[in-house]
Amino acid sequence: MNYIQIKNLSKRYFDVNALENINIKISRGSLFGLLGPNGAGKTTLLKILATLISPDDGKVEINGIDLVKKQRQIRELIGYVAQEISLDKILTGRELLDFQADLYHIPKTKKLERIQDLIIKLDMQNWIDRKCGTYSGGMKRRIDLAAGLLHLPEVLILDEPTVGLDIESRNIIWDLLKKLKNDGMTIILSSHYLNEIDYLADTVVIINDGKVIDQGNPSYLKSKLGGERISLKVREFSSPEESEKVKEILNKIDGIRQIVINSAQGYSLNFIAEKEKDLLTKLKVELAFSKFEIFSLTQSQPSLDDVYLQATGKTLQDAEIFMAGKRDLKKESKQSMR
Amino acid sequence: MELKQFNFLFLYQETFALTKRLFIQLKRRPSTLVAGILQPIIWLFLFGALFSNAPKDFLPGVDSYGNFLGAGLIVFTAFSGALNSGLPLMFDREFGFLNRLLVAPLTSRLSIILSSFLYITILSFIQSIAIMFISYLLGYGFPEFFGLGIVFATLILLVLFVTSISLCLAFILPGHIELIALIFVVNLPLLFASTALAPISFMPSWLGWIASFNPLTFAIEPIRVSYTSSINLDFIALHAPYGDLTCRNCISLLFILTISSLIVINPLLNKKLN
Ligand SMILES: Nc1ncnc2c1ncn2[C@@H]1O[C@H](COP(=O)(O)OP(=O)(O)OP(=O)(O)O)[C@@H](O)[C@H]1O
Ligand SMILES: [Mg+2]
Repeated sequence: MNYIQIKNLSKRYFDVNALENINIKISRGSLFGLLGPNGAGKTTLLKILATLISPDDGKVEINGIDLVKKQRQIRELIGYVAQEISLDKILTGRELLDFQADLYHIPKTKKLERIQDLIIKLDMQNWIDRKCGTYSGGMKRRIDLAAGLLHLPEVLILDEPTVGLDIESRNIIWDLLKKLKNDGMTIILSSHYLNEIDYLADTVVIINDGKVIDQGNPSYLKSKLGGERISLKVREFSSPEESEKVKEILNKIDGIRQIVINSAQGYSLNFIAEKEKDLLTKLKVELAFSKFEIFSLTQSQPSLDDVYLQATGKTLQDAEIFMAGKRDLKKESKQSMR
Repeated sequence: MELKQFNFLFLYQETFALTKRLFIQLKRRPSTLVAGILQPIIWLFLFGALFSNAPKDFLPGVDSYGNFLGAGLIVFTAFSGALNSGLPLMFDREFGFLNRLLVAPLTSRLSIILSSFLYITILSFIQSIAIMFISYLLGYGFPEFFGLGIVFATLILLVLFVTSISLCLAFILPGHIELIALIFVVNLPLLFASTALAPISFMPSWLGWIASFNPLTFAIEPIRVSYTSSINLDFIALHAPYGDLTCRNCISLLFILTISSLIVINPLLNKKLN
């Protein structure tokens, strides 16, 4: 049942723990989403799965095959579409696919047929014979995806495949992924778009700072939060201190739990309220007693962002802004050169 | 590497694809090929004119300076091409294209190296033939059939030797800027410190010593001999300060250098590629 098993996986880069003791199981034919902010370790994990870098610790098996010991066999099983697309500018799309097919030893007779099939599936007829250097972002993604699919891999690994794409390209990719999944392909996809994971994934792992925070079916994760998601403001933009005071008040009320201050939304207070009749009245009374008014009170369906917020105390967006300042991308790309 | 899965047809397929890619690049950006032919021809004209009155008696076994220079320029062209062979690999590393090759189930990653060898060898043959043809038109003669054999055998050895070093550098150095800088620094001095432009008898003794250990010299001299009418592998090709070397000696030395460089770089390439 567990087609892919990742056990106690760890990877360090000098002083950064990119992955810490990761445990993940993925079943055959599922679409598995990897959700996390910038610098969470998504690419590191996917590169390990693609045999591009080796883990410091832990074990990965795909279909019972050890990923470190049997690299060649693993490479035949997987198709990898990297986060950074790198095509040969001078080759045409068709030449690139032809080249890729030869690297995977696809026989001549099947090669043309497969390439033609993918050209149609990804709607590339109009530009496939142009040089890759002239492609737009969406075209590059599509040709890169086609290259990853040529050898009909059992597992398709995609690292943020729709970042910055036009809607047309995104929809083509989403539709194709759904189709491939229905045909039995196991797909692993990283993203920091909640709606993408929500729409596509059967199972999701949320990672942050190299650690797994939570995993499961997206709707299960959301329902696990229980209660009603409420966002409260006592002023349009509160100060952190004020919000802390309100948090203390809320803390004392029965039926309110998991209170988090959301700095991304003017220090509003997000919490879960039990479905009780007079909770709202109780809340109003307690706030009034401490001279606070309710500026706004909104209810919402739990989203994956709530799951994330609950687990880390930060919104996904916050976490991204935080990480963005900490990384030296140039240095990283130098260091990841082989 | 899992040897039991080694498949010769697969190796052929992947090597062919990798080589084909390099040739498509060459076809669409032929400037390197053209420059590689033009540069030595310009040199042949300029240096040929510059030294046209050089006393012929000092030039061993030839009847004009242009005649003497041809062999040096053929070798220099092949040498420059081979020295640059690490560049495409370096760019593939920098732009992440190499990752595409590394995630693929290549039968052997040596196909990446093999394709560069093939490409540079064929390229330098094309350039050499062009230079030989033009120097023939200029009246500097053309090797006989057996002589041609010597020319190409020597060039293959030199190209293998230099390409393997360049590919190695492409993996060791941090980026293409450094690689280009190194190529720039090494290229001309090695030419001047060889017998390409002048025989050892013209040189001060320190330079003579350097030139007679320079691998370029070991390639130049047999090719120069192959231009003379009486080709004989036991012909004295070089009067080195440490003694006379025959054609056979020169080619053997080149062969030893090539094999040892392949043996030395093999573990490094293996490490970088596996
Ligand atoms: N080659 C490298 N050298 C040093 N540190 C690295 C390197 N690659 C990644 N890191 C660090 O490891 C951590 C995880 O990086 P990773 O690229 O896996 O994140 P990610 O989740 O893919 O982020 P993003 O959403 O930006 O793609 C980060 O802290 C990053 O700075
Ligand atoms: Mg990433």
